[in-house]
Amino acid sequence: MNVVMVRIPTPLRRFTAGADEVSVEGRSVGEVLQELVARHQDLSHHLFDTDGGIRKFINIYVNDRNVSSLDGLDTAVDNGTVLTIVPAVAGGRR
Amino acid sequence: MSGHLRRLQELRALVPEVSAKQAFAAQQEGGLLVDVREPEEVAGGSPVGAARVVRGYLELEIEKLESDFDRRLLVMCAGGTRSLYAARGLQELGYSDVHSVSGGFGAWRQTGLPIEVPQVLTAHQRERYGRHVTMPEVGEEGQLKLLNSRVLVVGAGGLGSPAAFYLAAAGVGTLGIVDDDLVDRSNLQRQILHTDDRVGTPKVDSARLTLAALNPDVRVVSHPVRLTKDNVEEIFSGYDLVLDGTDNFPTRYLINDACVKLRLPNVHGAIYRFEGQLSVFWPAWPEHPGPCYRCLFPEPPPAELAPSCAEAGVLGILPGVIGTLQAVEAIKILLGAGRPLVDRLILYDALKQRFTELKVERNPDCAWCGEGAQITEYPDYEQLCATALA
Repeated sequence: MNVVMVRIPTPLRRFTAGADEVSVEGRSVGEVLQELVARHQDLSHHLFDTDGGIRKFINIYVNDRNVSSLDGLDTAVDNGTVLTIVPAVAGGRR
Repeated sequence: MSGHLRRLQELRALVPEVSAKQAFAAQQEGGLLVDVREPEEVAGGSPVGAARVVRGYLELEIEKLESDFDRRLLVMCAGGTRSLYAARGLQELGYSDVHSVSGGFGAWRQTGLPIEVPQVLTAHQRERYGRHVTMPEVGEEGQLKLLNSRVLVVGAGGLGSPAAFYLAAAGVGTLGIVDDDLVDRSNLQRQILHTDDRVGTPKVDSARLTLAALNPDVRVVSHPVRLTKDNVEEIFSGYDLVLDGTDNFPTRYLINDACVKLRLPNVHGAIYRFEGQLSVFWPAWPEHPGPCYRCLFPEPPPAELAPSCAEAGVLGILPGVIGTLQAVEAIKILLGAGRPLVDRLILYDALKQRFTELKVERNPDCAWCGEGAQITEYPDYEQLCATALA
């Protein structure tokens, strides 16, 4: 298993007990995210739509590449990969 | 005989002279006319198509204007004397075909040859923008470009304040400000355009007062309205660039959609607590089509998944960082300097003091800018944001 560092954006930290980074094991982006939401269940609703796909206002980056330009949830991850969750941010209002 | 007169005799033997009429003919045949008079003289008119370099900088600047040492150069001053000295200087640099225009600009004007009044910086502007003009990436030409530029800042809030402030300082000639809000005391923690004594007044008025006090060169155009799909094109038209400093999804999607349609660069910034995002969305970028906001975020989050105003909060300085970077991108785009932040997203984490650069790719299936997308009309944005989860 590879250990991946998942960076949690500020708006989602209330679902990770305030943690800004979570270390998770997995071989693919999908496995890493499943392990992440297994630990922090309230995140699931924010990351995945009802079909199990990544929500359209959330991007998942493996290092500096968007997984939507790679193999999506099947994108392989290595030991030491940084996975960044990038949500749409509006500003003050909503 | 004075030293000057003796020297002139020597120069006349070394530098061939041509009449204004001959200089014009040579210019038409591909020669370069170089007007070496001072800016104050040039401000009253100069031959059409002439290169303009003051005598004092001629030898330092000429190779940037003409690297072909065999091109015919026609050097002009006011009466034909300074141009002899200048022409000799060019010969000594290695230019092989240099002429002095006898009678100078006076003869050119009397002969009725074509004249233009070139736009030049005033003495006041040269002083104000001296630190810009000194840099080769800007120069007098670039500064004039900025003075002729029109930037629309949407939102005179946290991001728009520092952005508009610096764009005005930089001499962006026309700054449009869109905001329908009033200054609130709680804004002053970060919205540095506004002041305590203007609480309760329209933000566009407050912004105008601040920007005019900083730089009277800048024309501030107030748009005290909320952007809607019905007014967006009328407001955007005539601007070179839009800077998104808004605080809500409906307006962000509207700005994106209108910028894509009108082919305008959209300099995007967003902030949340201690984190910021920055990018330039510009599918019409001349170099290659860049992504739009919808390529990255096809849909806004529904209201229940977006953090509410009350729980959001923001470090007051954070929009200073992101808004200032937006101003940097705007200036680069206006000047054509460097590489704009197209195809890239910067995340800024103030707590870690860390910038992360991510790639943003065009989505060929993007509903708005993708190959199959057919832009017809703007959606209902309030609806879009309220029901995206459905």
